[in-house]
Amino acid sequence: MSRKPAQSLTLFLLLAPAVLWLGVLIVLPHVEILVLSFSERVAPRVYAFGFGNYLEFFTEPLYWRTFARTAIMSILVTAITLVLAFPIALYIARVAQGRMKAMLLLLCLLPFWVSELVRTLGWMMLLRETGVISYMLQAIGVTDQRTEFLYNDGAVILGLVYGGLLFMIVPLANALESLDPSVVEAGFDLGGSRWTVLRRIVIPHAMPGIVAGSIIVFMLTVGNFATPVLLGGKNGLWFTEQIYAQFITRFNWPQGAAFGMLLLLLSSAIVWAGLRLTGQSLGTTLKQA
Amino acid sequence: MAHSSDLDLVNVVKRFGTHAAVNDVNFSVAPGEFFSILGPSGCGKTTLMRMIAGFEHPTSGDIRIRGQSMIGVPANKRPVNMVFQSLALFPMMSVGENVAYGLTCRGVSRAEAEERASRMLERVGLKGFGERRVTALSGGQRQRVAIARCLVLEPTLVLLDEPLGALDLKLREHMKIELKQLQATFNTTFAYITHDQSEALVMSDRIAVMNQGRFEQVGSPRELYHNPATPFVASFVGETNKWQGEAASASAGGIAVRLPSGTVIQGQGKVAEKASLAFVRPEAVALAQDSSALSSLPNKFEGRVSAVLFDGANSSLLIDTAGFETPVRAVLPQAGPLAGIQVGAPIHVGWTADAMKVFAA
Amino acid sequence: MNRPTLSWKLYIAAFYIFLFAPLLVVAIFAFNASPFPSPPWKGFTLDWFTGSGATFGKPGVLVDPIWLDTIANSFKVAIPVALLAVVIGTVNAWVLERAEFPGKTFLSMMMLWPLVIPGVVLGISILAFFSRVANGLEEWLQTDLDFLRPGLSLVVLGQLSFILTISTLIIAARLRKFDRSLEEAAFDLGASRVRVLRTVTLPFLSPALIGAGLVALLMSFENFNTTLMLVGSDAPLPITMYGQMREGATPAINAVSLLLMLGVGGIASVFALTSKAER
Repeated sequence: MSRKPAQSLTLFLLLAPAVLWLGVLIVLPHVEILVLSFSERVAPRVYAFGFGNYLEFFTEPLYWRTFARTAIMSILVTAITLVLAFPIALYIARVAQGRMKAMLLLLCLLPFWVSELVRTLGWMMLLRETGVISYMLQAIGVTDQRTEFLYNDGAVILGLVYGGLLFMIVPLANALESLDPSVVEAGFDLGGSRWTVLRRIVIPHAMPGIVAGSIIVFMLTVGNFATPVLLGGKNGLWFTEQIYAQFITRFNWPQGAAFGMLLLLLSSAIVWAGLRLTGQSLGTTLKQA
Repeated sequence: MAHSSDLDLVNVVKRFGTHAAVNDVNFSVAPGEFFSILGPSGCGKTTLMRMIAGFEHPTSGDIRIRGQSMIGVPANKRPVNMVFQSLALFPMMSVGENVAYGLTCRGVSRAEAEERASRMLERVGLKGFGERRVTALSGGQRQRVAIARCLVLEPTLVLLDEPLGALDLKLREHMKIELKQLQATFNTTFAYITHDQSEALVMSDRIAVMNQGRFEQVGSPRELYHNPATPFVASFVGETNKWQGEAASASAGGIAVRLPSGTVIQGQGKVAEKASLAFVRPEAVALAQDSSALSSLPNKFEGRVSAVLFDGANSSLLIDTAGFETPVRAVLPQAGPLAGIQVGAPIHVGWTADAMKVFAA
Repeated sequence: MNRPTLSWKLYIAAFYIFLFAPLLVVAIFAFNASPFPSPPWKGFTLDWFTGSGATFGKPGVLVDPIWLDTIANSFKVAIPVALLAVVIGTVNAWVLERAEFPGKTFLSMMMLWPLVIPGVVLGISILAFFSRVANGLEEWLQTDLDFLRPGLSLVVLGQLSFILTISTLIIAARLRKFDRSLEEAAFDLGASRVRVLRTVTLPFLSPALIGAGLVALLMSFENFNTTLMLVGSDAPLPITMYGQMREGATPAINAVSLLLMLGVGGIASVFALTSKAER
């Protein structure tokens, strides 16, 4: 039986929004910056095809150092977030019961529904020279002058880890939740110590959650803008800042487009590598989150 | 003048690709009849029912309701309503709204629809349940709401797609009787599909046994049980002993079957080919402690009880019998000298030629 | 594993303090009677909400046109984004769950794609593409097409580009749980296709529609990365806050933040309630 024209029309109408959305807001814009990134200014208002923007990236140390710094710090942030979040997720998933469990999870969620800017404001007020921590240290007499905790790598990492925690805890807790308690009991029963059970049973079971959480945290961190800029100040040096500078401040769009492509490449490469290393697929990973 | 039948299917065929899910099916259902279609899962009965309801369209053939062809009539315009396997009660509506749904679709005013729905609920024994949520009902109550939702529309025909499947055994037994009584009080034509032969036998006026897209036999429960037309019907409906053998000799209506062991048994049937199947119901197997009591029977053998399968009224014995590859199954007498028989006891078995149906294998 | 050690419990407690410390500080200092959002505590005041500016030289949030405008801008973006996200998300969910056509797997993968693109990159790509389109069209039509230039309309499009993925996933998940026999039953009882949709399918989907709308509203309200690249002269809330935070702000920013927290808390509890009713 061939498809009736009315059915084809319905299908067409149903597909139209999705095709428009993906085509006009995702695919074509990306084609645009890809093309833009390969165009060089040869004379005022005259552009030609070339690799100049990418060459500029490799020859100017500020650019590639910022890039490498962003990548390495993002991996570091992801690792710290994982280590900090694991005991929390384990507690929520396997120790807390009933109402306590729901409340702990809700309390985790709440700060993250609040704007990133508000959270960053909170850290700025805590960490800066005139901030709460510095004031309290003075008040209890640990130091006798103001201390600046802001505008260094520690502050940037702290802010980024804070921002990533939820996105680690939720997939981890979901993955740990599905572990049958009797499997853990069997592990102990067969003579495993706490550490062996954790290493041989709990962590392998949580692997999909670990991968999902790590990928999401890494993507959010690498693409973050406000946290490194506000908490790191001049020392923030985040690659997104370079993109912003090229696009908005210097109005050098081809250069900015090249940086954008590089950032996209970095984030995709790490996501891909993470999935490959652990044998997970993107669809199931996103579902986990 | 009402048409003489409520539902007629004429040479209905439904193909999915090359596979014929329903293959040349013909039948009629009379007004007020409880008609069942009985078959194993995958036999095509659900497809058949969905074609009657209007969710599937036959590849060829005609479906008529009160003589009117339903080809091209969408499900929402047919005078047929269906009780779904999952019941499909609307969880977002109250019991009363569920029952009134079809009426409001027809443009009946809200007040009147509510009034008629509550009267219908009263008739199915759910008086005052109108405001409840469907999720707050028991399995049996949900069943009745699903039926009331159809009956309130006074359809020509109610289709029931294994609605008892999800219930536990006790409730299912109870609902069988209740459903039969409901059908009798409303005098509405029911077409019921099931894979459970007991449901079909207990409730139906007539049953069609379906297998691999075809109807094997249509008849009353008694006819199917006592005079199966095909080996499939003989083995699918009710418990039975089944032996393979070769047709040895035929005489007026009677036939002798030689089992692989050489034992010859006498039965009834017409067999053109040599390979044949013989069926005997367990309750047709006569038991005796000495052979003289069975002397009038054409089939009589000696055996030994190999197992007592006690199941109250359905209890039976398995008897290892010389010449038979599998034990003969017989009903365990509930009274008399054999009621207390134990495993290993010697026993005589026998049956009449009438009781043994022989078919070509 | 079921009896947590003391150190584990202490860690959990410390973690939650860590989690809420920045928010508490922000909230508390919204009431500090000081021109700077930092200690020491100079006494309780509501001036940063409703003050006329007589005391600190700057008015409170609820009377300051700068803040009121920026809040209005956020709504001008968030409301269209939420509505479109629900409507288009529903259609997309339908395509994913109900339609059969060649290339469906590819399309469903494509729909997930926006989630793995950094927000800044989404922003610049949409900015660059729409500028090219605007340049082309303006030359051709000889007229100004301001809605394709950085501004609130472009922000709406930019946010939709990834919020649509979220709303589609939320609605599709609910649609997947739907028992199709409910629709067949309604149709069987005489309802028209439109009536089935209105009385059975949409009521079933409604918790997901409300949920997707609220999530879209929240995500739009707090989106910063994509918005930053597409914003024109009318700045939504996060952009204004960012500007103030770089320059050094008054406790008015704490007051705005507190209002934001209360609003988000309200929406989140509505969301929690509807998702509870779903079960």
